[in-house]
Amino acid sequence: MMPALTPELIYGLTGIAVFAIGLIGALSLQDRLRRVLALKLCSVGAGFLLVVAAWRVPPAAPDPVPHALVITGIVVMISATAVALALIRRLQSLEAQDDDA
Amino acid sequence: MSDPFVIFDLLIALSIIALAVASLSVRDLFAAIVLFIIFGLLSALAWVRLAAPDVALAEAAIGTGVTGALLLKTLHHLRFVTRTLDRPADFAFSAVQPVPMGVVFANALFCGLVTLGLATAFLGAPQGGPGFDALVAEAMPLSGVDHPVTAVLLNFRAYDTLMEVVVLLAAVIAVWQIERGLSDAPAPVLSEVFHGFARLTMPAIVVVGTYLLWKGSEATGGAFQGGSVLAAVGLLLLLARVYVPAPSHRGMARVLFVIGTAVFAGVGLLVAGGGRVTLEYPLEHAKTLILLIEGLVTISIAVTLAALFHGREPVALHAQRGAA
Repeated sequence: MMPALTPELIYGLTGIAVFAIGLIGALSLQDRLRRVLALKLCSVGAGFLLVVAAWRVPPAAPDPVPHALVITGIVVMISATAVALALIRRLQSLEAQDDDA
Repeated sequence: MSDPFVIFDLLIALSIIALAVASLSVRDLFAAIVLFIIFGLLSALAWVRLAAPDVALAEAAIGTGVTGALLLKTLHHLRFVTRTLDRPADFAFSAVQPVPMGVVFANALFCGLVTLGLATAFLGAPQGGPGFDALVAEAMPLSGVDHPVTAVLLNFRAYDTLMEVVVLLAAVIAVWQIERGLSDAPAPVLSEVFHGFARLTMPAIVVVGTYLLWKGSEATGGAFQGGSVLAAVGLLLLLARVYVPAPSHRGMARVLFVIGTAVFAGVGLLVAGGGRVTLEYPLEHAKTLILLIEGLVTISIAVTLAALFHGREPVALHAQRGAA
């Protein structure tokens, strides 16, 4: 039997697909900036799964706890991204200096 | 199931997956970042469909807006130090090292297994199962606010949120240290159009950000969404060179970075005692305390995000060189 196409199924599978794309990217891409992008995709995929888990068939209200967790995750992710990007900028500057020397 | 929105959902889901693939595989890095930004906005739209407007706002403002600005700024810096600013195509791909086929297969197998496990877990999990809905609904009268997500963030699980603000603080400390003494890529010269745009949008952004913060206690919004919208003002000021960070501003900046964490932790500790534990606000003052914390955390978040965008600690470079 075909399961009904509910938003929860559609977006749950989307989340898994996005997570998988991010995971493959993070492991196999060699460009640093792209790796950060790939990890960011992973985090959005994980966010999808949590938001889907919080969803209830309307008119029931969704579960607010996973929502709060995803918001926390988004803020932690931008902190990690900012530090990763600063490291990338520093590395590239050092490499450029080495090339000049 | 003849919900007309199913087609809409399917279209968004397919676009999201296609954009995710495209942003990792497109050759030009600038295009990759722009595709990623569109991906983030569509994800936010999907989360609105899943009745999670708070999360969607946070993803659109922080996960996509500020992250996109950070990525573009980093790309500009990388192109500057590799001297490919005028030749964008030359910095599209850094040299690709050959990878043994065994490693490729191992990676693919690993990713496949993880994805398969995730899919099995997702499809096997009880759907719409009882979560914390009932517990939260029951405790709502004790929270002091009317919006469940804000109640969870600032009251029931305030400890998580406190730690999250600490993480943001740690990030700005780390970024200042990492980029110490690093010369800044000269900011791109922005045209008159941008200055006009900044002048027109800035007042509107301030109003929207403050509204989001204020509204958070009873409806969608809150400190993180409001703070990141306000951070956009900082980004515009920095980009338009209306505000140029000077070494003498560091003291003020440090105070603003810390104030949210300090007040949050301070209130959390001060309400303890008399039978209450840390971060358990007395009911009659809960709303006031939550608004106080949220207001100051919003300021800290806005300033911290703008500082993360600016990157380098604003120290005088010649003094740096003299000390080294």
